Amino acid sequence: MTNPPLDLPAHTGSRTTQVLGAAVLVGVATMILLGFFVAPEDDLMADSVRMIFVHVPSAILTYVAFSVTAVGSVMWLWKRSVWWDIVAHSSAEIGVVFCGLTLITGSIWGRPTWNTYWEWGDVRLVTTLILFVMMIGYLAVRSMGGDESAVATRAAVVGVIAAINIPIINRSVEWWADRTLHQQSSITDGKLEDWTLFTMFLGIVVWGVFYTWSMTHRFRIAWLERELRDGDLDEAIAARRAEAAASGGVS
Amino acid sequence: MTHLGYLLAGWGITLGALGIYAFRLAVRGRSLAVRVPVERRRWMTSEDDS
Repeated sequence: MTNPPLDLPAHTGSRTTQVLGAAVLVGVATMILLGFFVAPEDDLMADSVRMIFVHVPSAILTYVAFSVTAVGSVMWLWKRSVWWDIVAHSSAEIGVVFCGLTLITGSIWGRPTWNTYWEWGDVRLVTTLILFVMMIGYLAVRSMGGDESAVATRAAVVGVIAAINIPIINRSVEWWADRTLHQQSSITDGKLEDWTLFTMFLGIVVWGVFYTWSMTHRFRIAWLERELRDGDLDEAIAARRAEAAASGGVS
Repeated sequence: MTHLGYLLAGWGITLGALGIYAFRLAVRGRSLAVRVPVERRRWMTSEDDS
């Protein structure tokens, strides 16, 4: 085995991820400052509007993450590209984190705003929950043992089907306007104050940078896991060959 | 400030969850990286991004 060069780090970080990580920390500190001390309270929702700064970015990054999973899944099904398969898997895991946070923060926000944590008649809530459950299913499929290629194909099918839900969730407040407690789009209706809008956009950017940081690390982890499996397999084959050679070539 | 409890819960859970996830990624990456031979850690061999 070759000796490792001294300048190679034994972790999945790099200069790029360090910069991204620092940007996230600065961004979160700025969000807290603006979100709690600069952005004004809302006429209708009072201070509970400050939940928008974590809820909306989480929802948007959920869409982004699962869309990337869908693209990666299609590329796997089409090209059998391992790189895209790892991208799909990595993005799905991060998307599940964001989707879970969207549901939790939405539920907490719902209590002071709608006087309820959950409403089964609300199309957006239910379709988001369905997406979350489907992507948990995606990760469950990925954790199954067996042939790697077959597992990737099954997961890719789930990833593509789940993504169909994304435009439905996004448009649900307009398609089923009478069956939702949600307001219409917060961004385009022009009802938000300037600092509220700015802080929400900042949140989207910061969450986006966090997603990029996480994707980089998660991709490298998946790559390492793959290399480790392949390395173990190579060693097992070499050991078996040596054993066969020692016993006179009978395998 | 109104609804402070809800706000702290929402923000706290969000930042806490993202922080824990990020920490787990870093730890997982570290434990895997030491077990994989350097020649297989391809992205780390780039001169400007190591």
